[in-house]
Amino acid sequence: MAAKLFGSSIRRKEDPSLITGKGKYTDDFKLARMAYASMARSPYGHARIKGIDVERAAKLPGVLGVYTAKDVRKSKSPGVVPVGWLLPDIKTPPHPILAHDRVRYVGDAVAVVVAEDRYIARDAVDLIDVDYEPVSAVVDPARAVEDGAPQLHDEAEKNIAFDWEIGDRAAVEAAFDSARHKARIQLRNNRLIPNAIEPRSALADFDDSTGQLTLRMTSQNPHIHRLLMSLASLGLPEHKIHVIAPEVGGGFGSKIHHYPDEAIAAWCSMQLKRPVKWTATRSEANLTDAHGRDHVTTAEMALDADGKILGLRVKTYAAMGAYLSTFAPAIPTYLYGTLLSGQYTIPAIHCNVIGVFTNTAPVDAYRGAGRPEATYVVERLMDQAARETGLDPAEIRRRNFVPPDAFPFQTQVALQYDSGNYQGALARAQELVGYDQLREEQRRRVENGEPPLGIGLSTYIEACGLAPSAVVGTLGAQAGQWESGEIRVHPTGSVTVYTGSSAHGQGHETTFSQIVADRLGVGVDQVEVIHGDTDKVPFGWGTYGSRSAAVGGSALAVSAEKIIEKGRKIAAHVLEAAEEDVEFEAGKFFVRGVPSKAQAIQEIALQAYLAHNLPPGIEPGLAATTFYDPANFTFPFGTHIAVVEVEPETGSIRILRYLAVDDVGNVINPMIVDGQLHGGIAQGLGQALWEEAVYDENGQLMTGELLDYALPRAHMLGNFELDRTVTPCPHNPLGVKGVGEAGAIASPAAMVNAVMDALAPYGIAHIDMPLTPEKVWRAIHQKGRS
Amino acid sequence: MFPPEFEYLRAENLEQALNWLRENDGAKVLAGGHSLIPILKMRLAEPSVLIDIRRIPELKGISEEGDRIRIGALATYSEIAASPLLRENCAVLAEAAARIADPQVRNMGTIGGNLAHADPGSDLPAVAVALEAEIELTANGRKRDVAAGEFFIDLMTTEMQAGEILTSIRFNKLVAGTGSCYLKLEHPASGYAVCGAAAIVQLDAAGNCSRLRLAFNGVAAVPFLAEAVSRALEGSSLRDQDIDAALGDRLEIPDPMGDSFASGEYRLHLARVYARRALRQARDRAR
Repeated sequence: MAAKLFGSSIRRKEDPSLITGKGKYTDDFKLARMAYASMARSPYGHARIKGIDVERAAKLPGVLGVYTAKDVRKSKSPGVVPVGWLLPDIKTPPHPILAHDRVRYVGDAVAVVVAEDRYIARDAVDLIDVDYEPVSAVVDPARAVEDGAPQLHDEAEKNIAFDWEIGDRAAVEAAFDSARHKARIQLRNNRLIPNAIEPRSALADFDDSTGQLTLRMTSQNPHIHRLLMSLASLGLPEHKIHVIAPEVGGGFGSKIHHYPDEAIAAWCSMQLKRPVKWTATRSEANLTDAHGRDHVTTAEMALDADGKILGLRVKTYAAMGAYLSTFAPAIPTYLYGTLLSGQYTIPAIHCNVIGVFTNTAPVDAYRGAGRPEATYVVERLMDQAARETGLDPAEIRRRNFVPPDAFPFQTQVALQYDSGNYQGALARAQELVGYDQLREEQRRRVENGEPPLGIGLSTYIEACGLAPSAVVGTLGAQAGQWESGEIRVHPTGSVTVYTGSSAHGQGHETTFSQIVADRLGVGVDQVEVIHGDTDKVPFGWGTYGSRSAAVGGSALAVSAEKIIEKGRKIAAHVLEAAEEDVEFEAGKFFVRGVPSKAQAIQEIALQAYLAHNLPPGIEPGLAATTFYDPANFTFPFGTHIAVVEVEPETGSIRILRYLAVDDVGNVINPMIVDGQLHGGIAQGLGQALWEEAVYDENGQLMTGELLDYALPRAHMLGNFELDRTVTPCPHNPLGVKGVGEAGAIASPAAMVNAVMDALAPYGIAHIDMPLTPEKVWRAIHQKGRS
Repeated sequence: MFPPEFEYLRAENLEQALNWLRENDGAKVLAGGHSLIPILKMRLAEPSVLIDIRRIPELKGISEEGDRIRIGALATYSEIAASPLLRENCAVLAEAAARIADPQVRNMGTIGGNLAHADPGSDLPAVAVALEAEIELTANGRKRDVAAGEFFIDLMTTEMQAGEILTSIRFNKLVAGTGSCYLKLEHPASGYAVCGAAAIVQLDAAGNCSRLRLAFNGVAAVPFLAEAVSRALEGSSLRDQDIDAALGDRLEIPDPMGDSFASGEYRLHLARVYARRALRQARDRAR
């Protein structure tokens, strides 16, 4: 065997087909008699529908059907989009796949055209005459709860979907009463558009002779989509729906959710008995993909004279958008409020989150999903607290870290951190960045009147692999959080792996091959990974929440152990040795102390299938399936440091350094981990500096095109310096934690802290993201010290 | 995204294009397509006919005509940025073209399309105005030159009449003792100029400023030529403090534009900052 596979940067198996353009995405599939769907969408943020006239559209040559909510209601399909996470007293107004009497955001679908080609479908949409009566809209979650604000749903008084709290309010009050220092911040966590490179797409093919629906779609979790299509949208039995996620070009969470559009395409195929394809345009994606963030928050921290945190209280208005998206209620609650202890020992925490309907696209999980918002609140407050106490931002963090010997550590907000060494990562990052020298240069620049330097820390905590299922169920999840992993060793000894995780860019075909090849002692090229197909793969929950390695990977590790245990029994029989004397290493079963008495796993596999000479009670075949339900979340962490220079004259920000020391537990493939961090950091810096979905007061999306919604580009970001510490996860077989979201969680706070650090000499404490040049310039200008 | 149906005609020569343009009401001229095609896809315009002029030989090339330079309407941003003739004789234009968008756009976008489209955030209009370029408009049987300073009328609106094609632009080479510079703050999404400043500075033998042109993109609906600044600085020795004083007292740009990224007030502020930097750099290059 070559060098150990687990932990080596082998090249991605996915790439040859992807980079030569041979990978097939949903929109690449063409079926005989395929028709195309195009949606008529509301141009208003909020309006009553008084009538829809589809006659002209229906008469356009090439149009096969034009449908509205009336047609859906006449069909046997329930025609709604459900909510997959319920909180106490939550209001769940119905979300029909086509709006019938009211539209609640720009982009809400009111009708669908199916035609022989895309151009005809699009032309026909322009011929649909919808009689709208616009009514007042509200887009700001804090304003939507005020008296007199426009109401979106009769079911939700004051637009409140839920009013949720966690922690101990009285203990926090007491902490504030005895505080020596207080830090306070009011902030807005800016709304983001996911912008996966591949827009959402669905190709539905309903066969009325068998009642079978084959649905290729952009999905991070095909089994969840099959389940929700069956239960809520189409009414077809689950076993008659086959969902396939072919190559999927990124998701960042946006392809977890169950949207109307994919269900409409499937419903149309059922009506027309022809394949129907729908693919979002970039503009449609920006209007209708579930957005991320959009919080309005007030937070306060109480500290003692030494800068030790006594208490934390947080109140957040979280925009839910026009309807509750699939997992929307979980994001600002159990993935936000529970993360507010950060890396710190905080004796008292209270958090109140009000989920609010607004006339905007729905908001749901977007890379980080609640955790970036929590990290931003905590890490901004830590910097405010450093100013209040006069301590260096690194020092105040160090004083409050959970100590390395305190794990497992129970926070005041439900979570129990599995393992960590927060001091270690901070010390490493400070050393690598040259923290003390940078502080010196900062002072020197201030003295010389040079453009100010800012150093920003973000010592973040991440929570991956939401678990275990029984606990998640008590919190309101209408889903389990285990994962499936099946390994089939073939008679020749090559291996096919079936995982319920559903990669869409993460490289699981490579990393899961590494896990299995490493355990079974076979070549990585002897392992094929199959995912994203409900007819091939056992039920699984998919890829999101940085769960795939920790949960899906662990399922495979357990299955590999089952294979080895069965192989050991067969080997012992063949080698005429006692089972407990047979060892397995590097793909060989051998009798302890007699390495020449050995059987390769390939030989054992053949024996298992021939079944000519199996020990008594052993079934033929060599395959194993595991449904792995973790004991807990995993908790990666790290320290990110941004170093910036601000040009006071224009408010422009230059990124001088960006250094990250992350601890994601054991690493399967360092190159892929680095890639995840690069992407995540870039997205987080995008949020900090450039990205914002802006709605005007009527609910018009002002940043609906990439012409005005600023995604970061390589030349805007500079070089990222990455390093790691390794604190394995103690409760899963691989010791892995997860890395998919860490970069996006850590980097907004690091960047904003850096810029505010640079602006401290001007007396500026906070500017909301994105830190555009004009906002920075105005802050400096208004302080009158430019 | 799916544009409405249109007819596509590809012209082999200018005469053919002009004839088609005259014969087809509502026809649009297609060159690099980097403004027009997005507009079609978003259905903001629905021309019945597109006349592709990209293959017309008369509209290509960058050439010397005595002490003037002629740039054919089809010259791409890449060609302009890389042209030794322009880099030597008109650095400001090559510099501005090199700052447009990304390489793919620069390989397709043309100077003619850029000027004819008249987007206020575009990089070339202010340069054309500062160069005092003449823009050649050709219609069936007639040809006229319009000064760049008079060409731009409003947001996306120019002097061009129905039936005209922008065929070339011409301007004087910058003479010895002249320095020029284009600087901008670019919009992080579109790459357009939030504020772009084009400066041309000519110094006499004594080192005094004999001629100065300063024009802005992105601040107002049309490129703004700061004539009062020229008057204040021509004849001066163009010290830093002279530049600062002139920009402080004499730079007044009426009706600045604002949007959610940058207000009018901020753009005016940027105009002063970028003008100062561009003028200093142009002056230093002239020396």
